Amino acid sequence: MADFWFQFLLALDSSIRVATPLILGAMAGIFSERSGIIDISLEGKMLMAAFVAAAVAYGTGSPWLGAIAAIIVSIIASLIHGFACIIHRGNQVISGLAINILASGLTVIIGIALFRQGGQTPTLPKSARFNSIELPFAQYFADNIPILGVVYKELISGHNILVWLALASVGITYYILFKTTFGLRLRAVGEKPEALDSAGISVSKMRFQAIIIAGILCGLAGVYLSTATGAGFVKEMTAGKGYIALAAMIFGKWRPVPALFACLMFGFLEAVAARVQGAEFPIIGEISSDLLLALPYVLTVVLLAGFIGGVSPPRAIGQPYIKER
Amino acid sequence: MQASRLPAYVDILVIPLLNLLTALFVAGIIIAIIGENPFTALSIMLKGAFIYKGGLGYTLFYTTNFIFTGLAVAVAFHAMLFNIGGEGQAAMGGLGIGLVALGLGGILPVPIVILLAIIGSAIFGAIWGVIPGYLQAKRGSHIVITTIMFNFIASSIMIWLLAGLLMAPNQMSPETVSFADGVMLFKIHQILNSMGFSVARSPLNLSFVLALLCCFAVWVLIWRTRFGYRIRATGFSTKASAYGGYRPEWIIILVMAISGGLAGMMAVNEILGVQHRVILNFTSGYGFTGIAVALMGRNHPVGIIFASLLFGALYQGGAELDFEFQTITRDMVIMIQGLIILFSGALAYMFNPFLERIFLANKGQKEPENG
Amino acid sequence: MLDKINKVKREHIIKNGDESSPFAISLIDICKSFGPVQANDAISLDVTRGTIHGIIGENGAGKSTLMSIIYGFYQPDSGMIKVAGTPASFKQPSEAISLGIGMVHQHFMLVPNFTALENIILGSEGKKGLKSGLYAARKKLKELSQTYGLEVDLDSITEDLPVGIQQRIEILKALYRGAKVLILDEPTGVLTPQETERLFEILNALKSEGVTILLITHKLHEVMAITDVVSVMRQGKLVAHTKTKETNSEWLAEQMVGRSVLVNIQYPKGNPKHIALSAEKVSVTDKRGFDSLKNVSFDLHAGEILGIAGISGNGQSELLSVLSGIIQPAAGQFKIAEELFDATHHADPQKVRQLGVAHVPEDRHAEGLILQFQAFESAILGYEKSPNLGVKLLTDPNVNRTYCAQLMESFDVRPQNPTLLSSQFSGGNQQKLILAREISSMPKVLLVGQPTRGVDIGAIEFIHNTLISMRDSGCAIIVVSVELEEILSLSDRIMVMNAGEVVGTVNKQDATKPMLGKMMAGMSLNVAEKGV
Repeated sequence: MADFWFQFLLALDSSIRVATPLILGAMAGIFSERSGIIDISLEGKMLMAAFVAAAVAYGTGSPWLGAIAAIIVSIIASLIHGFACIIHRGNQVISGLAINILASGLTVIIGIALFRQGGQTPTLPKSARFNSIELPFAQYFADNIPILGVVYKELISGHNILVWLALASVGITYYILFKTTFGLRLRAVGEKPEALDSAGISVSKMRFQAIIIAGILCGLAGVYLSTATGAGFVKEMTAGKGYIALAAMIFGKWRPVPALFACLMFGFLEAVAARVQGAEFPIIGEISSDLLLALPYVLTVVLLAGFIGGVSPPRAIGQPYIKER
Repeated sequence: MQASRLPAYVDILVIPLLNLLTALFVAGIIIAIIGENPFTALSIMLKGAFIYKGGLGYTLFYTTNFIFTGLAVAVAFHAMLFNIGGEGQAAMGGLGIGLVALGLGGILPVPIVILLAIIGSAIFGAIWGVIPGYLQAKRGSHIVITTIMFNFIASSIMIWLLAGLLMAPNQMSPETVSFADGVMLFKIHQILNSMGFSVARSPLNLSFVLALLCCFAVWVLIWRTRFGYRIRATGFSTKASAYGGYRPEWIIILVMAISGGLAGMMAVNEILGVQHRVILNFTSGYGFTGIAVALMGRNHPVGIIFASLLFGALYQGGAELDFEFQTITRDMVIMIQGLIILFSGALAYMFNPFLERIFLANKGQKEPENG
Repeated sequence: MLDKINKVKREHIIKNGDESSPFAISLIDICKSFGPVQANDAISLDVTRGTIHGIIGENGAGKSTLMSIIYGFYQPDSGMIKVAGTPASFKQPSEAISLGIGMVHQHFMLVPNFTALENIILGSEGKKGLKSGLYAARKKLKELSQTYGLEVDLDSITEDLPVGIQQRIEILKALYRGAKVLILDEPTGVLTPQETERLFEILNALKSEGVTILLITHKLHEVMAITDVVSVMRQGKLVAHTKTKETNSEWLAEQMVGRSVLVNIQYPKGNPKHIALSAEKVSVTDKRGFDSLKNVSFDLHAGEILGIAGISGNGQSELLSVLSGIIQPAAGQFKIAEELFDATHHADPQKVRQLGVAHVPEDRHAEGLILQFQAFESAILGYEKSPNLGVKLLTDPNVNRTYCAQLMESFDVRPQNPTLLSSQFSGGNQQKLILAREISSMPKVLLVGQPTRGVDIGAIEFIHNTLISMRDSGCAIIVVSVELEEILSLSDRIMVMNAGEVVGTVNKQDATKPMLGKMMAGMSLNVAEKGV
């Protein structure tokens, strides 16, 4: 029985690590969509960031430089989206989709050109990655304090800095959105841009600021994937995480803390799915991990259909702002 | 998307051409950055697509896929619906073919099995499209998000089935057993060879004909039926549609069924035409390309045929590039596709101010801003 | 440097009042056009400080444009604005705000899920962070509320509040930013009578504290109730200006609505026969829970034109939508050719068309046509299954084009080109096309909304003649119009609507403009008949 709980603990630990890019992506999506811009391109931004982070980390030996470069690239992608959507009032869904497809192709092309390894970067040495941080006394607590000590060692200690950044981003997002003037105006711009425009504040500027923040967060997510949890970039390594982040954001009704829980839940599902394949359960029998992996998507659809409470996105989302009359 | 004030030929020909050229220009720059000659690359692409042995066959084979997925997106667009779910609908279509072919192969005569398999692909695809359509019409769930989700759900279902229930025994890879003998569509090169023409091998098969028939059918539906009239009316103005007494909700649902069905039929080309068994990931991005095709083809079957041809050439040419260059792979095509979607979709009217000055200034028709 | 000094001086004058200028705002020859439309035509106006100044006019008269110019949303093409005697020009609303001009919009600029406090400070949160901004605002707002009697629970969620309270938030927004001139754009359109009373109390309180108020409205009785001075706008021009004490509703109505009589043909009376359509206590509730139509009952006979008069927004649109099957009644019923429709037995446009009802909608751009369609496709909107077009499996654009060409010829639609986009026709020709489409189905009942709005004179006469000849061949016609002349000219009977209810119905020979004007303003028939 103790083994079951230990496995459960490991699964939780794994959930946090799986959830980290989702959390960063969901926060990015919240900033963008709360300002009224639909952002399907979380996936593409993460992918480009992951590639650049790994490439630069390999080239310079420093994961920090890789991170900075990745964030810059992600911001550039955001600016392209903004250029199309805010300045040219183009279709936001199509623009997001285009960026995703562009990212898929571009990362491999440049990867091959630089490294000649079929699209991936060479494996990064430990020095070029963000490594896990053992918190003080972890082993000691694990050995000497029952239950809590083990929790401390397995669940809380041993994460890399980006995991902590991701968790912090939730608090920061909450604070910015609900406790600052900037956040007040950002939320206004997504619900009723006219209110802000008639108060003399630029709707476009607000929206650009929002998507740049989204770019930074997606950049961090990409950095995590290739230089923290992974050891280099691999083709299509985001594997849909950008879309799950979108689903988590919707699930969390565009609020940071509920979105965090949605991400953790989705992360848990993925962690459990990996462990459950082939195992026999009472009554249910064998659970397919493939179907478990689809649960986040199914749950999102169920939510959108209004079966678990309704969902209302920011009122002005997706509509390019044109001065009325 | 705004209605353009420019003359029709500019809208249909010049703008897509400009968008394409811009995308190619940007692609050319990237090719140059990675150290290759863009013009050489272009020439190899063209040769690989059309001139080299079997190239045209392969190009048309890919074209077939894009016609189906492009039509699917276009039909939905006429009702102002964004069907991003082509991938999932096509996958389900493949499932439909598999179930019919495996279930009835050997029991019923081969031509009937083939026919039923084609119908099965359309029905399965339609179901996968109708559910998001229903959710949008009756419950207001945004169709973009639901169709994206349904793509992933379809993928998971396929993995689960192909690695489980439907997996061929004594196999390691997730796929079904091969279909019974004869349950397939004839390849065009076989047909032409048997008629005395010497044609190189390629996977091009009779689905190509089916795709062209679908083009015709879609054209008739949208522009020559009363239902098609209602679809277009609803797409432009839900208020006018309500005034006319059409029921926008049901139009949405039916349109998504048709759209899903068309995407589902893409599987006919791949599964019935080439693979003869159901495999994973045969959709491999064709659903998304359908979006680019519909955008470039301005949602009209004729435009879609040309755009599909363009993308077919890109794919086949891309394969040739992959073959001849060490530094370039088929991902180049994916990148070009992304650029084309960006320029024909989000930035489609970027050139309008510039074009208006050229085309309208001559007639002194520059309209003032509406107040 | 000089600029800055002048700016500070101006602001000081505005905030404290320049004794030398009795006018809070002066407008001199303001002109503004949008393309070919002259929205404001040489408007000159002086608004005395500390008064409530009403500006009235019909929809499209140009009032909103004028206010947007004063508020800084638009810039005038020419002319001058003076604030407290000093010339001023605003490039954006924030500049007007800094000079003490505040606007309370008709459609509130409030974020629905913000609290009242958040909405008030949005954009003026102060430089010390949100928390201290909110705290400081609370204090200031408490004072303002007490001074002006504007009670609002600052922590309530805006969309949960009744409309009257939401409006107070809009007013507080302006006052919070130091407005000494308050512009209210159609403030009572969304209020109940009680809420309107409360608003007037607040306006009087504001006035007594020296705030100048510009009240834009089309409701005559309110202008009479609360304003000190009233100016009338019509088709972009200022046509009248008077002290409210010295005038009355009928005179104002005439100024607002009458235009130089171009076509005042008196058509011979119709010959009404059997009842073609009857309505009994039809009521409609809109999405906000507002009763837009209340207990409307009437009979419509074949061979008569029933004109529905009233200032727009008083339920006429909803009436047309119910009768044509687009929306459903919440209560009551109506009968067309023996078929009964009510809240349980729904009408829909297709069914209603089959019963012989045709509908020329009020909004020809959004409903009557599809602008992006070519003319021949708009010409079959609602009728694509009609036998007129042949009943084959597939539609034939040639048949449709020919049909459209026929329509265009018989109704003189120019240019007679069925392949042009619907948007490329002038208003009059669009209207004629719609009329042609609806009439060629040989309807027994014809519902017409604003038949000649935005239509040139030549087409007006054609359309009126067409309606009369339809009537004479036995059609039952309802005409909704805001143009009293048109109603008086065409109708056999006139039904006046106000606030969603039928005020009264008069026969053509008994109807006079003053009487109708009073009824439009809400006075009942008995009262309107007495007096001048």
